[in-house]
Amino acid sequence: MVTLEDLSDIRDRVQHELASHKHRIHVCVAAGCIASGSKDVLQAFRNEILSRQLTDKCIVKGVGCMGPCAGSPVIAIEPDGVMYCNVTVDDVPEIMNSLGKQPVARLQMNTDQPFFTRQKKIVLENSGKIDPDEIDDYIAAKGYHSLYKVLSSMSPVEVIAEVIKSGLRGRGGGGYPTGLKWTTVAKTGAQEKYIVCNADEGDPGAFMDRSVLESDPHRVLEGMAIAAYAVGADHGYIYIRAEYPLAYERLRKAIQQAEETTFLGRRIMGTTFNFHIELRLGAGAYVCGEETALIASIEGGRGTPQTTSSLPSRTRLVWENQLSLTTSRPLPTFPQFYATAGIGLRLSVPREAKAQRSSHLQATSRTSD
Amino acid sequence: MYQKSKFPEPPTDDKRWHSVQVVMRKHGRSPHALIESLHAVQDAFGYLDRDALTYVARSLDVPLSKAYGVATFYQYFTLKPPGQHKCVVCTGTACYIKGMTELLDALKEKYGVNVEQTTEDGTLTLQSACCIGTCGLAPIATVDGEDLGKVSKEELLAKLEEVLHGHS
Repeated sequence: MVTLEDLSDIRDRVQHELASHKHRIHVCVAAGCIASGSKDVLQAFRNEILSRQLTDKCIVKGVGCMGPCAGSPVIAIEPDGVMYCNVTVDDVPEIMNSLGKQPVARLQMNTDQPFFTRQKKIVLENSGKIDPDEIDDYIAAKGYHSLYKVLSSMSPVEVIAEVIKSGLRGRGGGGYPTGLKWTTVAKTGAQEKYIVCNADEGDPGAFMDRSVLESDPHRVLEGMAIAAYAVGADHGYIYIRAEYPLAYERLRKAIQQAEETTFLGRRIMGTTFNFHIELRLGAGAYVCGEETALIASIEGGRGTPQTTSSLPSRTRLVWENQLSLTTSRPLPTFPQFYATAGIGLRLSVPREAKAQRSSHLQATSRTSD
Repeated sequence: MYQKSKFPEPPTDDKRWHSVQVVMRKHGRSPHALIESLHAVQDAFGYLDRDALTYVARSLDVPLSKAYGVATFYQYFTLKPPGQHKCVVCTGTACYIKGMTELLDALKEKYGVNVEQTTEDGTLTLQSACCIGTCGLAPIATVDGEDLGKVSKEELLAKLEEVLHGHS
């Protein structure tokens, strides 16, 4: 049985470890920065710290996307809040020399520009701050606390009521109310229900899903687990496109870690709730982002869209001769997962930030009032 | 009477079939594992030939026509053996604006290959990608999995020379 104390212990341990280092160097290891050679930069920092014998003062971490991908590779020095862009391996000694002193002006990025100052990260709040390969980092950022709260103190009906109250809507364009979709699925008496997460992001130039999958994969898993608890599903699929090998690999690792710590799999956190997540890799078909095509592809067929007479959440599929109910894209894009994962716990957004957000996000934040 | 053996034997003794068998077993040889299994074959061999398709189809108990249908539907799968080295040029919107056509023209001029073609000596395959997701680095090409962001045609050709002939 996992208790809140266990989660707090992990949080305290990670935070203590971080606080014990005077300088924390965050090197972005998301797709854009890796393509520009950030892995070499990361290794160069590690070598430099070892050779200067600064291991007790400096710590270097690979983190997720920080946002300004055109300036990749991007690194950040915490807790000073200094960001550098276009860093090469040759710049590493100079940056190491500047720690605790004046930053290297030639590489420094202006963080006082609207891109940073007018942006309030909600879904991507951990992105660029935690190591996506470490479940402990996510727990330290209050991860899996919402799942614990939901499983330990809320009934599925209460979870859905909270989502309805939040006014959360789909982000795929249709804006279908998530609460309504969940209610529909929860009320259906099908024996088997599935949560399908659509990570087949194909729109040119749009990488919001990838940012999250690569930078904070556990958040997606936690959101799916909460959705599954709410609607009574015990199996989930993440359909991810083959063009995102890094995201696939990080999700695979995240699922493994979550299963080892009983946050996924059988008897989650010692309760009677079971939820398994399987990854399905796409194979380069844009159309598979469409829900009926996506389901066909998960079933191992050609991704041919079909006409449906009703909502996708009522689409009935013959799966191994059993009539089962598929919740396709219960949460058309990931932001919903987070808002959901944040029920009562995560959405404590400062008041001034609320005013800046769009109307339906404001509706979401009502849960914290 | 024709009887289907329970677990068909791989077409050859090649050890790489082992990884394919592992994937199929992991999914309980369910017909739903067709795409995953084809991924495994392509990861191991680089392409899907008729023997491989037949083997996977029989193992998963799906008609060969379905396996062929799936293999031809998805852009990721290829039925022809690839060249020794692979160059992928992104042809997405951002890369188009930043001049990816110049890259393709330069490759055609130097190596005589169009998109989805392999050079006659079988050393280089040219492919296009709809978007590899790093528009901040447009135009981008990858050579054997290594990304070359904001690449000029001279840089790309130099990199290919290095890969193909071992010098720059």
